[in-house]
Amino acid sequence: MTGIINYGAGNIFSLTAALNRLGIPYGMINEPGELEKYDRYIIPGVGHAGAAMQKLNDSGMVPFIREIKKPVLGICVGMQLLTNFSEEGNSVLTGIIPLKTIHFENSIKLKVPHTGWNTVEYSSNNHLFDDIPAVAYFYFVHSFFIEFNPKFTIASTEYGIKFSAVIQKDNYYGVQFHPEKSGLAGEQLLKNFSLLV
Amino acid sequence: MTNERIMLAKRIIPCLDVKDGRTVKGVNFVDLKDAGDPVELAWQYSQQGADELVFLDITATHERRKTLVELVKSVARQINIPFTIGGGINEIADADILLNSGADKISINSAAVRNANLIDEFAAAFGKQFIVVAVDTKNINGKNYVHLNGGRIATEMETEDWIMQAQERGAGEILLTSMDHDGTKAGFDCDLLKKVNSMVSIPVIASGGAGNSQHFVDVFQQCDVDAALAASVFHYGEILIPELKMILKDKQIEIRS
Repeated sequence: MTGIINYGAGNIFSLTAALNRLGIPYGMINEPGELEKYDRYIIPGVGHAGAAMQKLNDSGMVPFIREIKKPVLGICVGMQLLTNFSEEGNSVLTGIIPLKTIHFENSIKLKVPHTGWNTVEYSSNNHLFDDIPAVAYFYFVHSFFIEFNPKFTIASTEYGIKFSAVIQKDNYYGVQFHPEKSGLAGEQLLKNFSLLV
Repeated sequence: MTNERIMLAKRIIPCLDVKDGRTVKGVNFVDLKDAGDPVELAWQYSQQGADELVFLDITATHERRKTLVELVKSVARQINIPFTIGGGINEIADADILLNSGADKISINSAAVRNANLIDEFAAAFGKQFIVVAVDTKNINGKNYVHLNGGRIATEMETEDWIMQAQERGAGEILLTSMDHDGTKAGFDCDLLKKVNSMVSIPVIASGGAGNSQHFVDVFQQCDVDAALAASVFHYGEILIPELKMILKDKQIEIRS
């Protein structure tokens, strides 16, 4: 069963709605003691990365999340929390994946937030991408991005600069887009994650 | 940087007016069981390839918030594309409950004009990517003025100034409706949209005047806006979204397929 790390970082209705549509069983994890009951974990997140990190710290779950050996999926700001640092409020994050989260405004001249459907290019045969078309559009809405790094970036997107659409380090995954709002491709990705062991 | 190929797709956005949880404008899709059910209509649009949806609530009753929250939850449960909800959102509590019920963005219009601080407050509370500032504009003697209450009340504020202020305060997107073009089916207000689009550094949604597919081609090619919104041409099946997307694709406009 999938556990959603419920640390108070807002809007998870759409995520649970998508899991319900897909028939993926899930539960809410409100404190560290509940972590071991689950087979995999989703870290949602919206809003300010620094504020989200503060809430995650307050939940007391960070030391345990760092030790998890089962699959973990961070979504949007939940993905950014896996990195070392965000330029948003110059925030120190969990450091599980040694990457930086950077503001688009300092890097590109295009409109920010990066809003809408963009293509995602895969660089691996990861099971997370099973049955997803080679050129698939996903829905993004974000002002900060995770730098591209060939070691940890398993799918990239171009928006004035090539950045990480999906990252992975061992059992930790992160997606910058919103799979719960990304049509059939996004639903397939959630389905694929629910099958990871 | 500007020479790089942009893969971000231009968005096609049907807009649904709802009152007391029902769509108000008639819809003549043949395969709808209930043309007044916004969720069923939203599902049809998502199946046809709409990239996003906007729901504008015009309910005036005091039961309003309850019906709206129920609507937002129903849409979020059943639809797998993003949607924006607007109409009568005046305070943090309104926005908070809608976002926590599955809305991706909220649209504010008259309330922001009356109290511009609302934009700062919302952006600080939820992040600017949640805040769409909708602007209704009318041209009077060669100048563009912001109008309120669906275009019925004129203000002395110039549209361009207001949009820049909204961006400064934390708007994540501008939904610009030209009252001069709305309902004419003569095409979007390209002159104004081009001007506004080149002025701002946040996405712009064009609204008002769509009558045929060529109008969408024009607004993307000539104004380079990020999204185009329409209501009746979609509701009455005058423009079918799959056909529209084929036409846009043929013109090399980046479209999600």
